[in-house]
Amino acid sequence: MTELFTVLVGLLLLNIVVGLARVLRGPSAIDRMLASEMFSTSAVAILLLMAFILDKHELLDVALVLALLAALTVVTFVIRVWSELEAPKSDNDPGDTLK
Amino acid sequence: MGGVVLVFDVLLAAALIWLAWQATHTPGLFRAVISFIIFGLLMALAWVRLEAPDIALAEAAIGAGATGALLLSALGRLAVTDEAGTPWQERADLTFWIPAGLALLGLLTLAAWYLPSPGLGQEVQASLPDSGVQNPVTAVLLNFRAFDTLLEIGVLLLATIAIWSLGPMPMPGAQAIISPVLPALGRILFPMFALVSIYLLWRGSHAPGGAFSAGAVIGAGGILSILAGARPWLTGSAYGPWRVLLSLGLSAMLAVALGVIVLGQPFFAYPTHLAGTIVLLLELAAGLSIAMSLVALYLAGQPPTHWDGESLRQ
Amino acid sequence: MSLNHWLGAVLVISGLPFFFLGTLGLLRFPDVYTRLHALAKSDNVALGFVCLGLAVYSGSLITGLKLLLIWLLMLVASAAGASLIGRTALARGIKPWGV
Repeated sequence: MTELFTVLVGLLLLNIVVGLARVLRGPSAIDRMLASEMFSTSAVAILLLMAFILDKHELLDVALVLALLAALTVVTFVIRVWSELEAPKSDNDPGDTLK
Repeated sequence: MGGVVLVFDVLLAAALIWLAWQATHTPGLFRAVISFIIFGLLMALAWVRLEAPDIALAEAAIGAGATGALLLSALGRLAVTDEAGTPWQERADLTFWIPAGLALLGLLTLAAWYLPSPGLGQEVQASLPDSGVQNPVTAVLLNFRAFDTLLEIGVLLLATIAIWSLGPMPMPGAQAIISPVLPALGRILFPMFALVSIYLLWRGSHAPGGAFSAGAVIGAGGILSILAGARPWLTGSAYGPWRVLLSLGLSAMLAVALGVIVLGQPFFAYPTHLAGTIVLLLELAAGLSIAMSLVALYLAGQPPTHWDGESLRQ
Repeated sequence: MSLNHWLGAVLVISGLPFFFLGTLGLLRFPDVYTRLHALAKSDNVALGFVCLGLAVYSGSLITGLKLLLIWLLMLVASAAGASLIGRTALARGIKPWGV
């Protein structure tokens, strides 16, 4: 069964690498932020599967810490970066001076 | 199965190098910060592959917590004062940095090549019964090489003092959106932060965990509650002697290092029958100091001693 | 190979498509609101299946509870993040696609 989990871990990492395209393309800051949120979910799943593949249950604690801190980055982004930017000029402009 | 593992390693290494390149060479600062945050996430996975769960835990706690929050907050301040995107990387730098990087890589490879072959792992395992803990990493950090940890805690305290001496804490602007989510998030999650932190501190004596991860987790909890509108009452006598906690780790370690001399031991050599208790107490003191320092660093200046009004965000 | 191993593996595998759909949505959907919708699928359903599957697979109550806690923490982070991002995006005047 660990062979199956190893394949799944490989697929999940591939999923992250494909998702990196969104970080590259953007276009605005929030799109990149969403990609990073997606990766932290995938990383938690990878860590959980690895804990069972390697039979090392301390890796569950690493996943627990990642899950606990998942909210912090996105909350900091919304409160301290996105809200501080000037409001958009027109409807089509997302108003991000950040790229 | 070897094939899948190889593909996994190659993908992970390639993604790490690409993200490192993005973090240092992309024209937009936000893209660089996001790349660095994702880099930290994948680095935690790399440490797991390298069979170093202790470092994976520390990377997850610091990288996903305080580092991301610090960088994003700094970026938010920059975006307000400096609207223009900053093309800060000059092309000409490459002619210096690429050869310098290659030379450094060569030196590191050479150093790794000449590393003594089994390392010090067996010596640590052999003296583990005298250390008072069952986790070799904690034994090295807080007993065998406690002097290094003392200096690290000292650096953290110095950094806090340096930042506070630069001026008062900048007050965040009024919040554009009023959301009921933020206070609720602080209320729900902060007890979880405290619980996980205590759990990690307790786990540190026999499994990956310990003062650094525990301190980073509760420090991240403190940053989250400040974001949710809590007042950082680190200074001012009206709120209690919280400021003392900043230096608790350093003073406790110094007290132990000198105290054992009175008992007739060499500098920082714990008596074997007390080692377990001393390590646990030092972990507690260091963890509290690390947590307070992370919160203090996040404030980017000395918080005022008096708070008017109910919270930062009216 | 006992029954709980098979059941666990089937549950974990059921979660994988939702990770891929999350990334697909992140890459192909046109605006921030629709991408939030895609992202929530991988946070909630995909990680839920992986945690449930691994809990069944392990057959241990304490591991199962820890996996449940990890999933709940990701749910809180995901829900709070989605709410904050959606609210801020609307306040900034970003128009939903097709409206």
